[in-house]
Amino acid sequence: MSQPGMLAAVCELIRRDILLAMRRRSDVMTTVLFFVMVASLFPLGIGPEPAVLRMIAPGVLWVGALLSCLLSLGRLFTADYADGVLEQMLLIPQPLSVLVIGKVTAHWLISGLPVVLLSPLLGLQFGLNAEALGVLTLSLLLGTPTLSFIGAIGAALTLGVRGSNVLIALLVLPLFIPVLIFGAGAVTSSASGIGAGAHLSLLGAGLFIALALSPWATAASLRIALE
Amino acid sequence: MLTVDGVSCLRGERRLIAGLSFTVKPGRLLAVTGENGSGKTSLLRILCGLLPAEEGRILWHGEEIRACQERYLASLFYLGHLNSLKDDLTPFENVTISSRLAGEETSEKKICAALEAVGLARAIYRLPARALSQGQKRRVSLARLWLSERPLWILDEPFSALDASATALLIQRLRLHVNSGGIVIAATHQEIDVGADRLDQLRLA
Repeated sequence: MSQPGMLAAVCELIRRDILLAMRRRSDVMTTVLFFVMVASLFPLGIGPEPAVLRMIAPGVLWVGALLSCLLSLGRLFTADYADGVLEQMLLIPQPLSVLVIGKVTAHWLISGLPVVLLSPLLGLQFGLNAEALGVLTLSLLLGTPTLSFIGAIGAALTLGVRGSNVLIALLVLPLFIPVLIFGAGAVTSSASGIGAGAHLSLLGAGLFIALALSPWATAASLRIALE
Repeated sequence: MLTVDGVSCLRGERRLIAGLSFTVKPGRLLAVTGENGSGKTSLLRILCGLLPAEEGRILWHGEEIRACQERYLASLFYLGHLNSLKDDLTPFENVTISSRLAGEETSEKKICAALEAVGLARAIYRLPARALSQGQKRRVSLARLWLSERPLWILDEPFSALDASATALLIQRLRLHVNSGGIVIAATHQEIDVGADRLDQLRLA
């Protein structure tokens, strides 16, 4: 298995998925707009009390990021499955788990990174200070790729199943909970002066565990789905 | 040389293939025929390793395909029922990306030549694939055959949606491949004239 060939295939897959996302901008915009709307509706609904907004900000922004990730997971493999491209992917002389890393990376770049980049701006609506905004961005930077990796397992397991979007949610939401707790906890800890180091370390560890296990589990699920 | 040794296939409760054995030597085309649902597609998917056989072995040059998976996949070109095209990409982009993903050395010139070889004019292969007819889409997916230097081609109904001129072009390409020592296994209802001395038939009951 040549490593340059493996890397070239992963890069090509990422490039292809980004190109496709640019051609279907509405799909990308749906995810981003959903996050913006969720984060913007809460201050409008709860009222302008700064202390309350600061208190709920980490939870609201993290739940918004989590749900927007969930919204885009249904599309991760569905189109490739429907048009036969996924079948061809299984016949590429590279490990499928490595190709899965390419798919998930592209998914994160398309749906996770915009959320991370928008989060400081949306955090301002909740009156978060500069330090809390920094921690929020960092926690999302570590947490959203983990959500994509975990979500990929659910997306692969439910491939070809009717009503797969609901099934994905049922499968992956319990696995998202630790990421949500540590992500929102990092911002809360930082705002209360405890420091976010422990939470961010746990998010980092979660990312490494997801990176190690998810591609393998996703690849196995994809093979089963295509049998 | 591809050897199938005692392969059986079960789909649901139904045994499609039982103890099937055959060998396809270089320079031969094996036409797999049979009624709808007789197991042609399942057999081809087993040969590719996409579907596990209930029992039996598939050998590529004497080695089991699971044991030499990377080498086997690097020797294999598979065309399934579906065209494996992205509707939002142009035919040119589709062929370029799929060739690069498969690790094949290509150039813009070669890809344009392949698309023109299957009868797609320059004006057409710069359109999104969604604007093409089914026959044109099939031609795009077949264009990869003109770029492929892999010895083993497994094709599932390659002639579907093709008109007479595209069928003739494809038969010509298959003939060239087997004449240069390649192997073709094709599930088809079409007569393929690659010369009687190069053609084998397998009819699934």
